[in-house]
Amino acid sequence: MKHRIDARFALAARENRAALVTFVTAGDPDHETSLEIVRALPGAGADVIELGMPFTDPMADGPAIQAAGLRALAAGETLVKTLDLVRAFRERDQDTPIVLMGYYNPIYVHGVERFLYEAKEAGADGMIVVDLPPEEDEELCLPALQSGLAFIRLATPTTDDKRLPAVLKNTAGFVYYVSVAGTTGAATPDFNVVGGAVDRLKRHTDLPVAVGFGVKTPEHAAAIAAYADGVVVGSAIVDAVAKSLDADGRATNKTVSAVTALVSALAAGVRRGRAAA
Amino acid sequence: MTAQPQPNSFRTGPDERGRFGIFGGRFVAETLMPLILELEAEYETAKKDPAFHAEMESYRTHYIGRPSPLYFAERLTEHLGGAKVYLKREELNHTGSHKVNNVLGQILLARRMGKKRVIAETGAGQHGVATATLCARFGLECVVFMGAVDVARQAPNVFRMKMLGATVVPVQSGAKTLKDAMNEALRDWVTNVADTFYCIGTVAGPHPYPAMVRDFQSIIGIETRAQMQEMEGRLPDSLIACVGGGSNAIGLFHPFLDESDVAIYGVEAAGFGLSGLNAASIAGGAPGVLHGNRTYLLMDKDGQIEEGHSISAGLDYPGIGPEHAWLNDIGRVKYLSATDDEAVSAFQLLSKLEGIIPALESAHAIAKVVELAPGLPKDHLMVVNLSGRGDKDVPQIAERLGTSL
Ligand SMILES: Cc1ncc(COP(=O)(O)O)c(C=O)c1O
Repeated sequence: MKHRIDARFALAARENRAALVTFVTAGDPDHETSLEIVRALPGAGADVIELGMPFTDPMADGPAIQAAGLRALAAGETLVKTLDLVRAFRERDQDTPIVLMGYYNPIYVHGVERFLYEAKEAGADGMIVVDLPPEEDEELCLPALQSGLAFIRLATPTTDDKRLPAVLKNTAGFVYYVSVAGTTGAATPDFNVVGGAVDRLKRHTDLPVAVGFGVKTPEHAAAIAAYADGVVVGSAIVDAVAKSLDADGRATNKTVSAVTALVSALAAGVRRGRAAA
Repeated sequence: MTAQPQPNSFRTGPDERGRFGIFGGRFVAETLMPLILELEAEYETAKKDPAFHAEMESYRTHYIGRPSPLYFAERLTEHLGGAKVYLKREELNHTGSHKVNNVLGQILLARRMGKKRVIAETGAGQHGVATATLCARFGLECVVFMGAVDVARQAPNVFRMKMLGATVVPVQSGAKTLKDAMNEALRDWVTNVADTFYCIGTVAGPHPYPAMVRDFQSIIGIETRAQMQEMEGRLPDSLIACVGGGSNAIGLFHPFLDESDVAIYGVEAAGFGLSGLNAASIAGGAPGVLHGNRTYLLMDKDGQIEEGHSISAGLDYPGIGPEHAWLNDIGRVKYLSATDDEAVSAFQLLSKLEGIIPALESAHAIAKVVELAPGLPKDHLMVVNLSGRGDKDVPQIAERLGTSL
């Protein structure tokens, strides 16, 4: 079977548009609501789902995603439950790729072999593990590739030409270009500068390049979609979840629709990107 | 795990990947990786440069006030009735603790690298004060991240940092202690990579920090060796130090690791006791990955980091430096723990017997001296690292003893 990630980026390319990659935190604000949200994402226009695995110490995340992780942990989310969520999603959707995103410690403690086996069996397609640079490839990246899961790498403004080949070496699926040095939810980048960086990456790889960090509105999404193969939106979606909650932090009947409304608008933005260019 | 084969030397680590056995490494986001490699290269160059060592030596002597004395604690020794107890007086350093040894090295390195802005995390505030001090001395911008809980319990140090011109950022995330301060410092570093030097306060973080901070702190053990030779004509029989991240401990221990006749003890913070909330990562933790390295961590079965507890802000950290994790597993160093209550008693005991008010952190090591020394012969030479002075803890101890200042 062709990888769901490859198939989806190929489809977007055929439609002459960028793919929309949406991030939500598993278990935010609670496990059931989060499953509903994830199930609603493809219908709203998401091409790829990045599913955050909550961690107590998300060093590379800004306030929005930190808060989402803490909400999920407070509601009892665990790595095992996150894999259950993937399994439940996959029962009804065979096509939308799911990329697990998080930090290494919960995976390491769960056991690398066991995690890879269970993630694959649940129907995940790949993973992004923020605190595993190429220098630590033996930990998870190489075993993941061997088990047929994509290990998606972050390239950043500090990744120079000398380092780029190492960063692109053991990777699959797509390359995630972090548009600004900073945490998630950071300041919106200068889209022209980012365009140059994407061109540079494309000279080094045939993989699709998705751009994220600081993409908050349909307009931002359109600007990036003009030159990138994918647009990643996280903090803005997670913020929409946060704003829909009641005073006690519980889901309301507006929670799922708050997310789908934003994702639909972002999907429209992504589709405008090339038309305008 | 003492059945593992013993290496020829305990002093050769880390390997080129920054590992001490399975511990250590470089578990950081890609944005930081190029900086960490640059820092490593810069440190390797500096290490070979006599000018770097000469500069460091000069500031050690004239600014920090080294060497720190090795002092025979006569009344404590009499009181305990066993081993002859020596105090390595790191509390007499400028700024009041061992932390300044490391900060001096890192700030000189930051200057070589042309960095104008320095960030640091701090628990007790001693590392923050030392960093603010050297930044003042060299005219560098200084931002210190400190958990909001620690800001409250170490108020004197917060004010000192501000006096020195530093910005203190109270961190509101997580348990609002040292771990969270370190998260926030890493977030700042990722955001300000171009001009910022991250001055880590202990032997933790990604490679090369654990090795570099150890090297800068090893002056403690190097001096102790020479001083003990001079005073007693031989090496000590045992060494003991408190362990938060483990920088004062490794600084004392490292020059002695290959002396097989020297017994070595690290003391973790047992908080309310090992069956309650504590900060003893070796006694109560398991191997995991946090803040750039693999080490023993306090965490739940799902790999979520747990909030430790210690009365001492400087030991209130759910991890330990990776070299200590390795020294534990191969059995070279024995790790003990002391509770809040034991530390407070030791704090009072040393104050009354020797006229030296120890930092609450150091009081954890004193607490184990109180336990071990009476059972040892009178010619047993024991060195305890008095890592800091207790002035910063006076308001907290007063409150605990029911006195309002
Ligand atoms: C006086 C003193 N001793 C010990 C420590 C613990 O740190 P480490 O284990 O790195 O020596 C601290 C930390 O703040 C301290 O201030």
